[in-house]
Amino acid sequence: MIKTDALIIGAGPTGLFTAHQLKLIGLNCEVVDNLDKIGGQCIELYPDKPIYDIPAIPECTGEELTNNLIKQLKPFKINFHLNERVDEVKKIKDFWEVKTNKGTKFSTPNIIIAGGVGSFEPRKFSPKECEKYENKSIFYSIKDKKIFKDKTVSIFGGGDSALDWAIELSNTSSINLIHRRDEFRAAKSSVDKLHNLVKDGKINLYTKYQLKSVKGKDKIESIDIEHDNKQIKNLKTDYALGFFGLIMQLGPIANWGLNLDKKTIKVDTEKFETNQKGIYAVGDICNYPGKLKLILSGFHEGALAARACFKLARPNEKYRFEFTTTSKSLKNRLGVKSD
Amino acid sequence: MAKITYIENSGKSHVVEVDNGLTVMEGAVQNNIPGIDADCGGGMACATCHVYVKEEWFNRINKKTEGEDDMLDQAYEPKKNSRLSCQIQVTDEIDGLEVHLPEKQT
Repeated sequence: MIKTDALIIGAGPTGLFTAHQLKLIGLNCEVVDNLDKIGGQCIELYPDKPIYDIPAIPECTGEELTNNLIKQLKPFKINFHLNERVDEVKKIKDFWEVKTNKGTKFSTPNIIIAGGVGSFEPRKFSPKECEKYENKSIFYSIKDKKIFKDKTVSIFGGGDSALDWAIELSNTSSINLIHRRDEFRAAKSSVDKLHNLVKDGKINLYTKYQLKSVKGKDKIESIDIEHDNKQIKNLKTDYALGFFGLIMQLGPIANWGLNLDKKTIKVDTEKFETNQKGIYAVGDICNYPGKLKLILSGFHEGALAARACFKLARPNEKYRFEFTTTSKSLKNRLGVKSD
Repeated sequence: MAKITYIENSGKSHVVEVDNGLTVMEGAVQNNIPGIDADCGGGMACATCHVYVKEEWFNRINKKTEGEDDMLDQAYEPKKNSRLSCQIQVTDEIDGLEVHLPEKQT
């Protein structure tokens, strides 16, 4: 059980700056994120897209913003728990007990949800029968590529993941690559490689096709794919892999007894607290009259929620507002010399 | 101003007037029409405002922008007449537009 003053859910820009604010005022914190990297939507959805409305930064990309926020956290020791999703939240006396899908447990008086539009989950195949083959014959990410050796693998998608895996697995497996149109969004070098492998007969390419249905008992035996012109083709296959990118799902947060409005959480604008004492929501996921889904709003919300955390984490101390320009104790925490 | 009809997968239709300059996505969100999530808020980064545009309208609305098809690859059950509604501009010319919503967005 990890004891902490505050647990932040979400390592996007808002979560990162909130961590900064907590550490600055002398609280410790842990950060959990479902993605395998820090940065949230900025890294996952638009690492290369320029942003023009961060105060005092005329222009920066999602990746640059993330790197700068990480740099700003350098003076502090913060544990990140990546690839983990918070599943359960329980109140035990004055503390929240939190459990992730990997079994990590936290005990904390404060939970700050900085979850954007929820956690990123892979998009899945649409035929309903696909669900029962999931993690047996159907995968949306690859953990152990050895299982595909000498098998037939049907890969769906037109981005880098689909093409990279098709190219790599074509060394040891028989590969069908199926995509809904003729163009690929993957890197040009991968697309060139793909076309060479198709020419050499190492990959069977089916464009303008999508998955129609799956046949088999415990394991997949074959799949039907349908062309734009409605023509159907049956392919024998052992595995089907779908690489359609990620979608944001509110996920287990929906079950924590919070006041929800569609995919957002209602908060007050003093502490950014939800209807549950000690649970706050900041950034895109929170909702209040006048809410703007801007990164700068998330920074403000995180700063205020962090101060609110102080009261519950240090009930016997009084929080004192200070400036980083002048405060000795803040400068100490930042590891910079005071004059 | 354009009258736009949003038809849910169940067949239920919603007719609303949308101001010029907005997008078809915004028209849906502002009128609380279910079935258009628009998670990313119009940034062409999520494919959750996916709609099917009736054939006769497909060539009359503004053309797909760069990158839109890349996002549509990730949409739920994309078809030839798929568009991201955040990329369809509302003008007087599209008065009467009908869009069908997919079974779901995720």
